[in-house]
Amino acid sequence: MKFKGQVWKFGKNVDTDAIIPARYLNTSDPGELAKHCMEDADPDFPKKVKKGDIIVAEKNFGCGSSREHAPIAIKAAGVSCVIAPSFARIFYRNAFNMGLPIFECEDAPELISEGDEIEVDADTGEIVNLTTGKRMKAQPIPPFMQELISDGGLIAHILKKKSL
Amino acid sequence: MSRPMTISEKILADHAGLDYVEPGQLVEVKVDIALGNDITAPIAIDIFKKAGAKEVFDRERIALVADHFTPNKDIKSAEQVRMLREFAEEHAILHFYEGGDVGVEHCLLPEKGIVLPGDVVIGADSHTCTYGALGAFATGVGSTDLAATMITGYTWFKVPETLKLVYEGELRPWVTGKDLILYTIGDIGVDGALYMAMEFCGPVIERLSMAERMTMSNMAIEAGGKAGLINPDEITEEYCSKRAKRPYKLYKSDEDAQYARVITYDCSNIEPQIAMPHLPENTVGISEIGTIELNQVVIGSCTNGRIEDLEMAASILKGKKVSKGLRLIVLPATPAIWSEALDRGYLRTFLDAGAVIGPPTCGPCLGGHMGILAKGERALSTTNRNFVGRMGHPESEVYLASPAVAAASAILGRIGSPEEL
Repeated sequence: MKFKGQVWKFGKNVDTDAIIPARYLNTSDPGELAKHCMEDADPDFPKKVKKGDIIVAEKNFGCGSSREHAPIAIKAAGVSCVIAPSFARIFYRNAFNMGLPIFECEDAPELISEGDEIEVDADTGEIVNLTTGKRMKAQPIPPFMQELISDGGLIAHILKKKSL
Repeated sequence: MSRPMTISEKILADHAGLDYVEPGQLVEVKVDIALGNDITAPIAIDIFKKAGAKEVFDRERIALVADHFTPNKDIKSAEQVRMLREFAEEHAILHFYEGGDVGVEHCLLPEKGIVLPGDVVIGADSHTCTYGALGAFATGVGSTDLAATMITGYTWFKVPETLKLVYEGELRPWVTGKDLILYTIGDIGVDGALYMAMEFCGPVIERLSMAERMTMSNMAIEAGGKAGLINPDEITEEYCSKRAKRPYKLYKSDEDAQYARVITYDCSNIEPQIAMPHLPENTVGISEIGTIELNQVVIGSCTNGRIEDLEMAASILKGKKVSKGLRLIVLPATPAIWSEALDRGYLRTFLDAGAVIGPPTCGPCLGGHMGILAKGERALSTTNRNFVGRMGHPESEVYLASPAVAAASAILGRIGSPEEL
């Protein structure tokens, strides 16, 4: 499983209210949520982001609320994966459950700039910055988790397995 | 084989059917109570249905509390609550609350004896960690995890390491549990307890009321904590024994339990704390605050909407007036708290001071409704988060503090201490 895309950079402690402000939580429709993804951190983000783009942030990404709307919004906005040195605990679990791949990589914020094109290999955890040629290592995603992601999240994964 | 364990480890071991567990171990545990609200439960209910589940694991072990955007703020919110109501009716869910029965979930569930010491509680709400104050292992999860537990009655955890926080010395005047937890978050940072269970101990904690203990455990998540526990004692027993309708167990950390880290605070050095925008870790002591004028003060929420909080605010506001042009919003967190505040005359005090008294709701805490900030406005709130846009416009500001500082600030029109009055 590989992800290639253009990078949007964010700082440390990006909270769930920045990812999807609570004022939009009167719906759980992915398309609606995507329209407001990262809005309070960067009002133009929902318009600028393209399918396959990658978010690179500093430590403790996704802190705050338990809202699953946060990974749903990011995924529905077209973001292929998120890379940060660390993730808040509930967001970490929710992201995989929603089928949004996330990678823990200490060096990413330093070696990747906004607009760079990067490629991430989920099998090896290797990240290559195609713009600068710099390489770095993230925690790989084990095969069962990759299967869960490609199935579209935990529930879709379980349902698929049940029907086999 | 046996080893000394922390309270978290003991609860998880027992619920996993094991004699002992250690940090890093993955365990499947029986869940005593699974909680969802009007924002998170609709997704869980969708998933429950999509998964083809026909029955919940136990209709008496699920709590659905419509407290966030209620009284329903718009059509979409009303639809979300309707989903909860219909699901609750279909499955005869015992603990479904809306309308005049609803209170802010983390005040309501302990008050009604629904969550008890020794429980494993998962809630699709990050402040589920509040119940750690009762000596329960309680943590926030997403809607998918909630759905899975509603079906099976189980969930899985990685046993967390524990960060022990010891509070010694004497509390200064007007310093409360809220100030202790804000000070702690200011010290260790918003990811200072990431993935860890926090354990609040020491002589100061042993003297704190249940209300203040719940305030502290409530904000464990603001330091990234998975849970925030307090070893149960006579104060816990006194609170829970009259409320419990089922047996419960008091677990306590062994003397020689192992901790990832131990931090000791001398509370004699801690003054009332303010968390500045836009993170709970941006704390300063009230003496260093300078002049920060306010448009709004909010007293309420799962952090500080209990009767003790209102009592403290009323004692300061009695016979005083809210500063001209400032909006004071008081939200008693449950119907029982509302009723008691009425009987004790606190609501009269707030009303005479010029406050708006609202229903039990999470409302403004998360920028939902009933106290939204315009561009450039500034609020001081007894709630738990001050992220960008948390209470309204992305260019508004939220400062966090105790009910005492909130009440004093409402009178002063700027952030200030009760000692200035």
